[in-house]
Amino acid sequence: MTRLIKRREPVRDDPWQLVDEEQTLPQGDVVVPVARYLEERDALHARGGRVGVRVDGTVLAEDLADHLDDLALIAIEFPAFTDGRGYSLARQLRLRYAYSGELRAVGNVLRDQISYLERVGFDSMLLDEQSDLEDALKGFTEFSGYYQNVALEHSPLHLRRRTAAG
Amino acid sequence: MYRYDAHDQKLVDERVAQFRDQTRRYLAGQLGEEEFRPLRLMNGLYIQRQAPMLRVSVPYGLLSSSQLRTLAHVARTYDRGYGHFTTRQNIQFNWPALESVPDILEDLARVEMHAIQTSGNCIRNVTSDHLAGVAPDEVEDPRPYCELVRQWATLHPEFSYLPRKFKIAVTGSRRDRAATQVHDIGLRLLRNKQGELGVEVLVGGGLGRTPVIGEVIHDFLPVRHLLSYLEAILRVYNLLGRRDNKYKARIKILVRAMGADQFKARVEREWEHLRDRPELTLEQADVDYMKQFFGTPDYSVPEDATALQQALDGDSAFQRWYRHNTVEHKQPGYRAVFISLKAPTVAPGDITDDQMDAVADLAEAYSFGEARVTHTQNLLLADVREDRLPELWRKLAELGLATPNIGKLTDMICCPGLEFCNLANAGSIDVAAAINQRFDDLDYVYDLGDLRINMSGCMNACGHHHVAHIGILGVDKKGKEFYQITLGGSSADDAALGDRLGPAVPKEQVPDTLEALVKTFASLREGEETFLETYRRVGMEPFKESSYDTAH
Repeated sequence: MTRLIKRREPVRDDPWQLVDEEQTLPQGDVVVPVARYLEERDALHARGGRVGVRVDGTVLAEDLADHLDDLALIAIEFPAFTDGRGYSLARQLRLRYAYSGELRAVGNVLRDQISYLERVGFDSMLLDEQSDLEDALKGFTEFSGYYQNVALEHSPLHLRRRTAAG
Repeated sequence: MYRYDAHDQKLVDERVAQFRDQTRRYLAGQLGEEEFRPLRLMNGLYIQRQAPMLRVSVPYGLLSSSQLRTLAHVARTYDRGYGHFTTRQNIQFNWPALESVPDILEDLARVEMHAIQTSGNCIRNVTSDHLAGVAPDEVEDPRPYCELVRQWATLHPEFSYLPRKFKIAVTGSRRDRAATQVHDIGLRLLRNKQGELGVEVLVGGGLGRTPVIGEVIHDFLPVRHLLSYLEAILRVYNLLGRRDNKYKARIKILVRAMGADQFKARVEREWEHLRDRPELTLEQADVDYMKQFFGTPDYSVPEDATALQQALDGDSAFQRWYRHNTVEHKQPGYRAVFISLKAPTVAPGDITDDQMDAVADLAEAYSFGEARVTHTQNLLLADVREDRLPELWRKLAELGLATPNIGKLTDMICCPGLEFCNLANAGSIDVAAAINQRFDDLDYVYDLGDLRINMSGCMNACGHHHVAHIGILGVDKKGKEFYQITLGGSSADDAALGDRLGPAVPKEQVPDTLEALVKTFASLREGEETFLETYRRVGMEPFKESSYDTAH
């Protein structure tokens, strides 16, 4: 059963193949660790398929800045769901660098965090093995609104109030 | 005070439903202990030594009468008939059943209350000056800004899984009553020469195991940029703060490791990209919208101009209470009245359900229906007309809430200690009781002047012992409760961390040691000096000599 959610829908035919440091590159769309990407950049793009990278919390947005136009997907790893660095990284990529490719949360991704992930700009979440996908989808609709500006909803509450009052 | 609109109410109602579902999944075994833990903490629920503990948010210490009555109802219905006010101006209930917490939250939501972010590694309840809006030395009322920050921080998608907890305090007065120098972020509203409003921003202060005084990283941030600047600070911290060791995870460690200048440079770099974003910019209309909730109450002129003076002349007990438990108000004819939760036989900060109901009635009758929690664990009625003080005093005295000791030796800040807390190494409530017994002569206590004693049952410093004039820290020595004494701390404008007196003393010697310390102070004191002033003038040596002589 799939554990991948993209824009609030279960995904059954995900084209992205996760490749590690050593593995031979397959055909099609691949996600490689960022270190490998930096080493084999030209070869990766020469293959024809789309290219994505996998990063952990130690990577900063500025490290990726020069490559963003070439990357169709960035998978941000959550080593533990309590490690919130990935939220800031995602937000920087979206807001400061206007990254428009897919942002995917991977690792210890659980039901009770997916709404937060969506709100900082993640498109997709690969749920942790223990999570139930059907149940997880409910996590998106627990709140009908928030105070902050979010990826989905363009004005924060104080701004909407300002507009309503004016 | 701030009133919810439909958006606020819906968010809090949905939070209750969400937590009800999380609790259900946990009890059904679908959500593991590890996964449930951060979720319940972000909703103020701890699992403690005796039972769960629920901490309810009191945003910057403001309570309406109906909220107080609901807290009384929670204490009565779900707990053992009392609550405990904390140094973050919140209230804790020590005995609720886990299963009943969703019901408690539902009851609280009906009066615009919640437990959101009262614990966990997220932005905690914003605290402020308990005299906000009524202090004569106020530059600007901090409450509208507190509320704007509260809303910005609530369920923030980016900052809900920080390296560690995060505390923000705001003051708008010249005198700092909000301890802004010992917060992760301290904000001080001020005006420049042109009369424009700005914010002095401090970062990296804090108590706990590694106490640090915060450093100024912006001396005049225009208020319109407040939220974008906060967002920049939090982002730098979230990305770079340590996550490998929870004792080194607070922002103070990061600021210290980078140096305040480097940290500031990093924040400013981030801020460049945020400062002009409309959703993070506070326009005048946003501030005006918030200000309407904190307008001037309908003050009136005392009906009987001589009533107060007559009572002061005629009743020495009233006079004593007036002098120690009421303070000056910006509105002529009004005083702000402290309700002491430091009666000699009661755990500091504790209040019963009946007392809460009674205070709700008094707030309605005497102070426009509002009460406040102070960070020193007392309550305050902010707007009482002078001619009504004698009547209010009599009613408070009947309730056991008129102990005239505000700011004095027996007005101690105290954590729950060994009896209630998983972290504590030593008791604190029983030590407070022993100190009260020893210093039961009020006139003697008054002679000593302003004297802040704070006590923590362990080095996590919930009782703020580092910033006490006399700090008491419980330590465990081979299974026995010992107490480390520090002198000379302060959380006010002259913020400082206390110095260690010497080896820790056993529990039974704490009152003796204190007595020796205050006797030394009395003998060295010049004129009307406070303990802190004398200590700063003469230094540690004389105190050290006398206290260890007496103790052994």
